[in-house]
Amino acid sequence: MLMELYNYWVVILLMMTGFYIVIVQGNLIKKLIGLNLFQTSVFIFYISLGKVSGGSAPIFAEGVSSYSNPLPHVLILTAIVVGIATTALALALVIRIRNAYGTVEEEELQQRDLEC
Amino acid sequence: MLSQLPILQVVVPLLAAPACLLLEKSRLVWIFTVLVCGLSLSISMLLLHQVYQHGTMSYGLGGWDAPWGIEYRIDLLSAYVMLVVSGIATLVVVAAGTGLEREIPQEKQTFFYVTYLLCLAGLLGIVATGDIFNVFVFLEISSLATYALIGYGKDRRALWASYQYLIVGTIGATFILIGIGFLYSLTGTLNMQDLAARIPDAAGSRTASTAFVFIVVGVCLKLALFPLHLWLPNAYAYAPSLVTAFLAATATKVAVYLLIRLHFSVFGEQFASSVLPLHGILLTLGLAGMFVASLVAIFQPNIKRLFAYSSIAQIGYMIIGIGFGTALGLQATLLHLFNHALMKGALFLALAAVVYRFGSADISAFRGLGRRMPWTMAAIVIGGLSLIGMPLTVGFVSKWYLILAAIEAGMWPIALLVVTGSILAVVYVWRLVEAAYFQHAENELPEGLVGSGRLEAPLTLLVPIWLLVLVNIYLGIDTRLTVGTSGAVASALLGGGQ
Repeated sequence: MLMELYNYWVVILLMMTGFYIVIVQGNLIKKLIGLNLFQTSVFIFYISLGKVSGGSAPIFAEGVSSYSNPLPHVLILTAIVVGIATTALALALVIRIRNAYGTVEEEELQQRDLEC
Repeated sequence: MLSQLPILQVVVPLLAAPACLLLEKSRLVWIFTVLVCGLSLSISMLLLHQVYQHGTMSYGLGGWDAPWGIEYRIDLLSAYVMLVVSGIATLVVVAAGTGLEREIPQEKQTFFYVTYLLCLAGLLGIVATGDIFNVFVFLEISSLATYALIGYGKDRRALWASYQYLIVGTIGATFILIGIGFLYSLTGTLNMQDLAARIPDAAGSRTASTAFVFIVVGVCLKLALFPLHLWLPNAYAYAPSLVTAFLAATATKVAVYLLIRLHFSVFGEQFASSVLPLHGILLTLGLAGMFVASLVAIFQPNIKRLFAYSSIAQIGYMIIGIGFGTALGLQATLLHLFNHALMKGALFLALAAVVYRFGSADISAFRGLGRRMPWTMAAIVIGGLSLIGMPLTVGFVSKWYLILAAIEAGMWPIALLVVTGSILAVVYVWRLVEAAYFQHAENELPEGLVGSGRLEAPLTLLVPIWLLVLVNIYLGIDTRLTVGTSGAVASALLGGGQ
């Protein structure tokens, strides 16, 4: 049971690690790394959904009768693009935060807002 | 031609966004954006008309038929929400012509319009599509555009608010993505109608319940249901005022639409209430949100922030309507969705006019405003009355239906609580009225404005504000459009699917 479904355990482990980092880390860049881990775990979840044991790549060929399901893989290509866009935007925001505040630590940010 | 309308509604703003970059001059870009938004409003009206005449419209993308290809599906609910979104988008962008001057530097305005159109395309896409994965994609298009729009704020706290919203929003969207994955693994389909047909067979399966819970929590993060609302006040308070007007009136409304769509059209009322004591949860959170947010709103010195908290409270009302689980309750939600967009659109646009003149939306800017900007202030008062739920405004109509729904469901204490909640709204609106009409302006005019005479906002801002205010009053008296449509939608959604 545990070993058969090991891919899902990996997904859960990655997801929780990522989520924990997002919540606990005060450094904005590290938060983003956590967010990326969190998203990536979902990508792996989708990809392993599409795998059919013993199935080949979904390209029509003679002598092959079982194919993996390509649809989840295609969906995840889209989701990866979305993830990259999110990370890029977030990093751009971090750069501007750093220019405006001079720090990327959450606690210091809040302190500097209180000061003025 | 008419059968192409569903796709045009999404493609027009999506293609117009990069086209803005070719125009370069910000004045030209503004005219172009106004035209595009106007076009999208006319498409919405045509769609609503078509749906009334011929029933639900279905459009298969690229000629692929429904369960295999991506389907755009416009029913009465979608057409109704599209009308709100494109209508508000048009009015806000008209106001942006002058309203943006003081908030976004000239050279960045082109980029503002590009992101604005992308956000509009995303929101319309969520409403138009009949494919659940497509919902995720459009949700992310609109969200990414929203983060950027908030980041245009002049105050540096806008950046921080935008970052926080990005983190929370991405987690919400990823939750929805997980839910969609579970649903796909269970049913092998992504088409909403197909899903609706297959989910009842899977009732009782843990996969289906897990999918449902992930999706509901994800959507509730997006619609800022108490206690998942923490991203909203800062985002609304520090974003440029016009962005706040647009987001407050459309983005959360589309998230409420999504909740209704997934809850009633995809999972179905029966399944939803078998998984969770969802009605109890929604009623409790809705009521708690209404009270907590209204109380917090009373003590806000920044008026944009005040109305942001008030938005959270109003979302509480919408959620209560869903929580009843009856057709009347759902109708109240749909009415409030439409009406709240009208009031908050008017209010935040009026605030944008105040910010345009005084550079801040602090309560101190409102002292003596009744004399300085009589028309703007009158609009705020009428918007506020609508928020409270005075008869002859739209706010009354939706609260009336909400109370009727509570009584019909035999929960009259909730009806009383809803009325009490409105009294809290009286308190925070009164603070503004008191400052504007009963206090004297301090003699600290912003630089460049001389004399103590009238400082009324320019016409380009006043016209959209007053159009919204007049619609507020008109639809408060002649309720055929909103009550008729929402009633038909509610009974269609609860009457055993479409």
